[in-house]
Amino acid sequence: MLELTVAQAAGKIAAGEVSREEYFKAWREAAAGDELNAYLWRAEDGGGDVDGPLAGIPVAVKDLFCTEGIQTTAGSRILEGHRPVSTATAVRRLAEAGAGVLGKTNMDEFAMGSSNENSAYGPVLNPWDRGRVPGGSSGGSAAVVAGGLAPCAIGTDTGGSIRQPASLCGIVGLKPTYGAISRYGMIAFASSLDQCGPLTLDVTDAALLLNVMQGRDPCDSTSVGIEGGVEAPSREDLKGLRFAVPAELAHDAIESGVREVFIATLRRIEELGGEIAEAPLPHAEHGISAYYVLAPAEASSNLARYDGVRYGMRVEGDGDVVEMYESTRAAGFGDEVKRRIMLGTYALSSGYYDAYYGRAQKVRTKIAADYAAAFDGFDFVVTPTSPSVAFGLGEKTDDPLAMYMNDFFTVPMSLAGIPAISIPAGLAEPDGGGPQLPVGFQIAAPAFAEQRLLDAAHALEQAIGFDARPGAATDG
Amino acid sequence: MAELEAVIGLEIHVQLSTRTKMFCGCELSFGDDPNVHTCPVCLAHPGVLPAPNEEAIRYALKIAAALECEIAPRSIFHRKNYFYPDNPKAYQISQYDLPLAVNGRLGGIRIHRAHLEEDAAKTIHLGESGRIHGSGASLVDFNRGGTPLVEIVTEPDLRSAADAGAWARLLRNTVRQLEVSDVNMEEGSLRIDANVSVRPAGSETLGTKTELKNMNSFRFLERGVEAELARQRELLEAGGSVVQETLHFHPEDASLHPLRSKEEAHDYRYLPEPDLAPLAPTEAMLREARESLPELPEARMRRYEDELKLSAENAAQLAADPDEAAYFEAVHGDAGGVEAQAIANWVTGELAAALRQADGGAAAESKVAPEALAALVAMVGERKISHGSGKQALATLVAEGGDPAEIVERDGLAQISDSGELESIVAAAVDANPGAAEQIRAGNQKAIGAIVGAVMKQTKGRADGVEVNRLIKEKLGL
Repeated sequence: MLELTVAQAAGKIAAGEVSREEYFKAWREAAAGDELNAYLWRAEDGGGDVDGPLAGIPVAVKDLFCTEGIQTTAGSRILEGHRPVSTATAVRRLAEAGAGVLGKTNMDEFAMGSSNENSAYGPVLNPWDRGRVPGGSSGGSAAVVAGGLAPCAIGTDTGGSIRQPASLCGIVGLKPTYGAISRYGMIAFASSLDQCGPLTLDVTDAALLLNVMQGRDPCDSTSVGIEGGVEAPSREDLKGLRFAVPAELAHDAIESGVREVFIATLRRIEELGGEIAEAPLPHAEHGISAYYVLAPAEASSNLARYDGVRYGMRVEGDGDVVEMYESTRAAGFGDEVKRRIMLGTYALSSGYYDAYYGRAQKVRTKIAADYAAAFDGFDFVVTPTSPSVAFGLGEKTDDPLAMYMNDFFTVPMSLAGIPAISIPAGLAEPDGGGPQLPVGFQIAAPAFAEQRLLDAAHALEQAIGFDARPGAATDG
Repeated sequence: MAELEAVIGLEIHVQLSTRTKMFCGCELSFGDDPNVHTCPVCLAHPGVLPAPNEEAIRYALKIAAALECEIAPRSIFHRKNYFYPDNPKAYQISQYDLPLAVNGRLGGIRIHRAHLEEDAAKTIHLGESGRIHGSGASLVDFNRGGTPLVEIVTEPDLRSAADAGAWARLLRNTVRQLEVSDVNMEEGSLRIDANVSVRPAGSETLGTKTELKNMNSFRFLERGVEAELARQRELLEAGGSVVQETLHFHPEDASLHPLRSKEEAHDYRYLPEPDLAPLAPTEAMLREARESLPELPEARMRRYEDELKLSAENAAQLAADPDEAAYFEAVHGDAGGVEAQAIANWVTGELAAALRQADGGAAAESKVAPEALAALVAMVGERKISHGSGKQALATLVAEGGDPAEIVERDGLAQISDSGELESIVAAAVDANPGAAEQIRAGNQKAIGAIVGAVMKQTKGRADGVEVNRLIKEKLGL
């Protein structure tokens, strides 16, 4: 029963072949066996009685989504024990479709990180190799799906936080167009970039979850939804479709194993009838620099509300309110969060705004224009999702810049606001040797072209036939 | 040293009287228990987002239209970041470099800009200082937090404290008539800060300014500006210089005190608000804002001066309040050919005094129907009754209402028309006041008052003053 995809399970539940209570219970028992530190909270009942396309389907929810009455920490000490009074729109829509929250998943604090090592509640372990990271910041959500602890999950992606962990854990991760899914109830990191999306076993499941969650929400005035929603993808070939490989890609530092899988996947696209050509995306390489100004700038403002006054942690200090603020924030935030608050505060400071925030915005505009130009002649842009396979715990924690480079291939799409998906494309050894680990292949499409993206990703997924599974879940 | 000219600009916050707050569904309230009108959005819980209030946008557009501003086809919201307990998000959503409206004018004063923002919560700091620093505890009431505000900034076009006060009243009267705000300074729905500087008369450059806050009445605004102008003039004339700072007005003694610099030294780190789409009013919204404007005090004042030939003072007085203006115009309409100025004199003079004496409220709500006042003024104008009898009849109207003709009849207030009777009363009065008669003959015209007074006393005010004057002079052979 736990081998089924969500679409398969939903079909069997609808046909009465599987009881929704039993299905949900089986997943609760699986989740109870979490040895990856992937869950921060697990449901004690559920199964639900709401009819809908996801009736009886358990969903693991990143702990960045507010869930009424259920602790929502954003991976931070400062929100330990915080119980929201309302539920995020995306989670509410899942519930209205019959799904239930199976658990809340561990994550990098306030979604800031690419390895899940920035969680205040300890790192999540990669089910393929417990000495390695699952990626981040939606590391818990990726690990539970890959590790057999949940049939599907949702996460958030600000600069790659769904796609990169999906890649490192060998599953599918979709970042929809900015505005496709409401951000209401999603604890903000960088509001102009944050977007909710599914982490699933296959592309069909990603389409299913996306269709349920997308839509305009009056509580989020930047949400627009996807007109007509999306259908289950059924495409088998890629005939007549043009795939752009960024011309600049050759210069970039990619692990050799990752490069081999990427090139093999390009050949596969051609076998399916797709065309491959290089396209210039000259500003993409400045994406990381722009991102690490813009996202911290917004974060410095978004995280200012955690002051100990109204909710969450409070450390009194021994003076007035201002000292209480300072003591609370000093104790409540981790190092990476503090680093980004300082970066962002500096970038917005009077006298520096134009040099940092203003210029970064200009780069963002140019990157979006690069993609718009590429989509004049191409249907998709493709890259590896991550320059490397899963790396070792602690390997990059002392080098923030090396850590930031994990997002090299995923950040430009976030800046451009366009949809991108990572699908597992094969296994490769890390440079310097090690176990065979998953490699993700990223496909990006124009804004709101999710259906086209899912159709192509599905055709490619079928052709690749990736069926490797980590040993950890069964070993454990 | 050349004379020092005052240069004053005002920054006004108008609290809109919408049903709900700027970015959430909480109702606006005044005087309720603390923290009952709150929700996750206005308390800045994790994960919430602002949803703009369309009614507030419509109200703001109305104000912008009334101030003859250019309305931006697309303006954006910014975050103004600062830590303070009255500001739960630690940023205020406001507008910065692309405001809703620019380049307006009102009453000859240029409007620099007008924009939408949200109000802060109310804080009380316990302890001696009354400030956040060093206080033992701070209490916050979030009911007000998130109330829609329109901030209006003038150019520094005002030249005296009295001008600033008069213009502020014009603004209040104008906004009040739009029915988008209570505009009450004492209650804080209208808050006015002043930027004050002085410079040698004729100079084009601006002097160093100070910002005056906490003047919560028009009188305090005038007193605060006056005090600050005096301070700056004295300082400069003694060879000193003005330091740019924010000063708090203390109403107890009209004194000004600087805020601590630590609380003032803000770098607001403005950031375009990523949670809100640009504000782009539709053509229909703009049209509605412009077409819904009633005649506003300034235009009405001009009409009263130009068309009705009222004195500037009466025109300003009557045009300020739409109800008062409507009353005046109703009286005028009912009074046939009586001159508007005569009616204005009665409305702003005799009627206002009579209502004050009777502790009455506004004319429009009094028992004096416009047509009754019109009839009364007409009778005086036609010399059917004397001015004194008119006032007497008016007092009765204020107390009881009714028809002035009936009151005149009932109370025997009609002018004494039998000139024989009046002649004998005048003759008696002249005889009884030989001293005054002597002075009049000697050329002292003022002395006639004593004799007129005696006649009026005798006739209980019913005599026609003009006729009495004529008869006195006739009797004295002048």
